Amino acid sequence: MTTIPTETRQPGKASLLYDPKIRGYAYQILLLAVVGFLVWSAASNAIENLRAQKIASGFGFWHNAAGFDVNQKLIPFSASGSTYGQAFYVGLLNTLLVASIGIVLSTFLGFFVGVARLSSNWVLAKLAMIYVEVIRNLPLLLQLFFWYNAVLKPLPDARNSIALPGSIFLNNRGLIMPNPQFGPAFQAVVVAFFLAAFAAIAFYIWSKRQQERTGKQYPNGLITLGLILGLPLIVYFLAGQPLSFDLPQQGRFNLTGGLQIYPEFVALLIGLTTYTAGFIAEVVRAGILAVSKGQTEAANALGLRAGPTLKLVVIPQAMRVIIPPLTSNYLNLTKNSSLAVAIGYPDLVQVFTGTVLNQTGQAVEVVAITMAVYLTISLVTSLFMNIYNKRMALVER
Amino acid sequence: MTDATIENAPYAFVRKETLPQESPPLSVAGPLAWIRANLFSGPVNSLMTLVCVYIVVTSVPDLVRFYLIDAVWSGANRDACLADKVGRPVGACWAYIADRFQYFIYGSYPIPQRWRVNIVFAMFALGIVWLLWDRMPLKKVGFFFFFVLLPISAYLLLLGGPAAEGFLRTLLILTFALMAIYLVLSFVPGLARFWIGPAFLAVEEALPPWKRFYRVKRLILLSLVVLGVIAILADSAGLPRVDTGLWGGMVVTFLISAVGIVFSLPLGVMLALGRRSRLPIIQFLSVVFIEFVRGVPLITVLFMANTMLPLFVPQEYSPDRLLRPLVGVALFAAAYMAEVIRGGLQAIPKGQYEGAMSLGLGYWSMMRLIILPQALRIVIPGIVNTFIGLFKDSTLVTIVGIFDFLRTIEATLVDPTWATPTTRATGYAFAAVFYFLCCWGMSRYSIAVEQRLAAGQRR
Repeated sequence: MTTIPTETRQPGKASLLYDPKIRGYAYQILLLAVVGFLVWSAASNAIENLRAQKIASGFGFWHNAAGFDVNQKLIPFSASGSTYGQAFYVGLLNTLLVASIGIVLSTFLGFFVGVARLSSNWVLAKLAMIYVEVIRNLPLLLQLFFWYNAVLKPLPDARNSIALPGSIFLNNRGLIMPNPQFGPAFQAVVVAFFLAAFAAIAFYIWSKRQQERTGKQYPNGLITLGLILGLPLIVYFLAGQPLSFDLPQQGRFNLTGGLQIYPEFVALLIGLTTYTAGFIAEVVRAGILAVSKGQTEAANALGLRAGPTLKLVVIPQAMRVIIPPLTSNYLNLTKNSSLAVAIGYPDLVQVFTGTVLNQTGQAVEVVAITMAVYLTISLVTSLFMNIYNKRMALVER
Repeated sequence: MTDATIENAPYAFVRKETLPQESPPLSVAGPLAWIRANLFSGPVNSLMTLVCVYIVVTSVPDLVRFYLIDAVWSGANRDACLADKVGRPVGACWAYIADRFQYFIYGSYPIPQRWRVNIVFAMFALGIVWLLWDRMPLKKVGFFFFFVLLPISAYLLLLGGPAAEGFLRTLLILTFALMAIYLVLSFVPGLARFWIGPAFLAVEEALPPWKRFYRVKRLILLSLVVLGVIAILADSAGLPRVDTGLWGGMVVTFLISAVGIVFSLPLGVMLALGRRSRLPIIQFLSVVFIEFVRGVPLITVLFMANTMLPLFVPQEYSPDRLLRPLVGVALFAAAYMAEVIRGGLQAIPKGQYEGAMSLGLGYWSMMRLIILPQALRIVIPGIVNTFIGLFKDSTLVTIVGIFDFLRTIEATLVDPTWATPTTRATGYAFAAVFYFLCCWGMSRYSIAVEQRLAAGQRR
C-alpha cells in the first residue's frame, strides 16, 4: 500500500501588486491626488491671475451700486439706487416667471399635440407629426432668433400700432394691454378664490369617499367649476367691483399707460413653449403607447365607454410613464430659458452672468452663483421626482 | 300526433316571416368610407379636420409662393431682391445665399487655404461613413481613424503654422520608430514578451513573420499614410498658420460637434464606469461631476469656460478663444454621454459579468472585451440622440462670440450689400434646412439602428 504524500498547498500568496483591495485604494488615492492637484493649481493660478489683473475677489460686490437699468422687472429696480444683489433677484424672478408660464403652456400644447399624433384623424395626426419633427430638429436658438427677429421685430412702430379688440395694441415694443388696477377690496376676492379652491378639494375628497361607499357619483367637474368661478364672482360684485383698468392711450408718437409686455419676453415664451411642447408631445405619445392594448380591451369588456376608459384606465397608467421624462423636460425648459441672453430678455444669465460679470469682472463668483441657482432648482426637482417615483412605482410582490 | 310546424310552435318569440332586406351600406370600403371613418367620424373630429385643412390651405401656398415661385435665384447685390427694382413681388432672396455660400461654409478662412478645410471635410465624411455604415469592413481601424488620426490631422491641417509642423515632424518620427520596432519584432517576436502575455505571444510566434502583429502594424501603416500625405502637402503647398479667429461657418459647427463626440465618448465611458464602480471615492467624484454638469445650462458652462478657464491656467498658457468653448462643450457632452452609457451597462445581464470573471478576466479586460462592446451597441440610438442634441446646442457658442454657422448667417444679415426685407426670412430658412437635414438624417439613422438591433426580438 502506497501512501500518496499529501501535499498541503497553501494558496499562493499573491503579491500586493495584484491584491484587488490594495489596487482599489491605490487607484482612489491616485485619482484624489490628481483631482486635488488640478484644483490646487487652478486655484493658485486663479489667485495669481486675479492679482495680476487687479480684480477683487469675494462677494463684496453684492452690495455695490449696479448703475444699469433693466426693462422688465418684477421688483423695484433702478440704475441709481439698486445694487448688484438686487439685480440678481430681478434676473432670477424673470427666469422663474418665463419658466413657470412656459411650463404651464408647453404642458397644454404638448399634451394636445401628443394626443393628436395618436388621433385616428389622419390630417390631424400628420400635422402633429410635422410639427414635432420640425420643432425637435431645429436648434432652439434659431427658433428664438426667428420669433424675435423675424416675427416680432418687423411689427409696426408705436405710431402705427396694430389695435386689437379690448384696447390691446401690438407694436415692435411689445404687447400693450390694459393694466388691471386692484382696489383695496380686491383682497376679499382673492380670499374667496382660495376658499372656493379649498371647498372644491374638500368636496372632491368627500364625493370620492361617498362614491367608494355607495357607488353614487356626483357631478364633480360642474361643482368645482361653479365654486371656483362663482364664489369669487359673487364676492367681486358684493365688494362693489374693486377692479379697474388703466387703458393704453394712443398718443401722437407713442402709447401711454397700460401694461407693456416686452417683445423679448414674448419671443422667449413662444420659443420655449413651442420647443418644449414638441418634446412633451413625444413623451405623452410614448406614455400612452406604453399602456398595453389589453388594458383598453379589458375596460371595454367591463362595459366602460371611451371617455371613462381613457380617464380611469389609460391615463392613470400612462402618467406613471409620462411623469419622470416630463419633469426632465420642465427642467430643460428652465435651463433653456438661459438662452434669453441671445435675444436680450433680462433673465438671470443676461442680467447677472452678462452685465454684472462684465461690470465687476468677478467671473468666479458670478458664474458660481449662477450655476448654484440652476443646480438648486435641478436638485430640488429631482428630489421631489424621486419621492413621487417611490410613491407611484408599481407595488410588486 | 302533433304537427310540429312553424305555425303552431309553442315559442311566442319565433319570427314567422323574413325581414325585408336592408339596403347595402353606402360604403364600407374605398376612399369615401375611409374619409368618413377617419376625418368626419364625429362633430369634434370634423371640426378638427376643417381647422387643420384651413391651416394647410392658408399657409402652404403662401410658403411655396414665397420660397419658390416669387423667389429670386440669381443676382449680384440687394437690387436683385428689391420689389420696386425688379418690378414684381419678391419672395425669398436665394441669390443672397448663393453669394454668401462660401462664407457660410468656411467663415473668414483665407480663400487660398480652403483646400485644407476640404481635405478635413473629406476625412470627416470618410470617418463617419466608415463608422456608421454597417457594411464597411475593418471597424476597429475605422475607430482608430476617427478618434485618433482625424483629430490630429484636423489640428495639423486647419491650424497649420510652425507649431503644427513641428508636431507633425515629431509624430512622423514616432511613427517611423514604431514601424521599425514592429519590423524587428516581426522577425524576433521574443522581444515582445515584456508587454505581451506568453499565451498571446505563442499565437503570434506560430504565424509567418509578415503576418505577426498585423493588427498593430496596419494601424501604424494607416497613420504613416495619413501623416505622410499631410507632410507632402505641407512640403509642397505650405501650411501657413490660420488663426482660429478666422474660422467660421459650418467648419466651426462641424468642428464643435466632432470635438464633442470624439472627446465625450471616451470620457463618458470612463465616467459611466466610474459611476458604477465599487470604489467609493471614484464613484463619488463621477456622480458629482455628472450631476453637476447635468444640472446647469450649457450657457453657464460656456461662460465658465470662457471667463474662468483663462484664470485657471498660467497666463502664458491662456487658451485660445475657440478652444475654451470646445472644452466646455466636450465636458458638457461627456456628462450626458455617461448617463446614456450607464443605461447600457445596466442593461447587460449579470451573467455576462460573472461569465467574464469566471474566465479569469480582470476588470479592464472584462470591460473591454465583454461588457462595453455589448453595452455600447445597445445604446447607439441613445448616443446618436445625444449627438443630435449636441449638434443643436453647438449654436450656443454664438453667445460667447464664436462664428459658428448660425452666427455667420446673423452676421450677413446686418451687411448692407444684401439688406432687403426678405433677406432675414431667407437666411433663417437656409439655416433651418441645414439643421433639419442634419438632425433629421441622424434621427433616421438612429431609428434604423434601433430596428436592426431589435431584429432578434421580432417575432
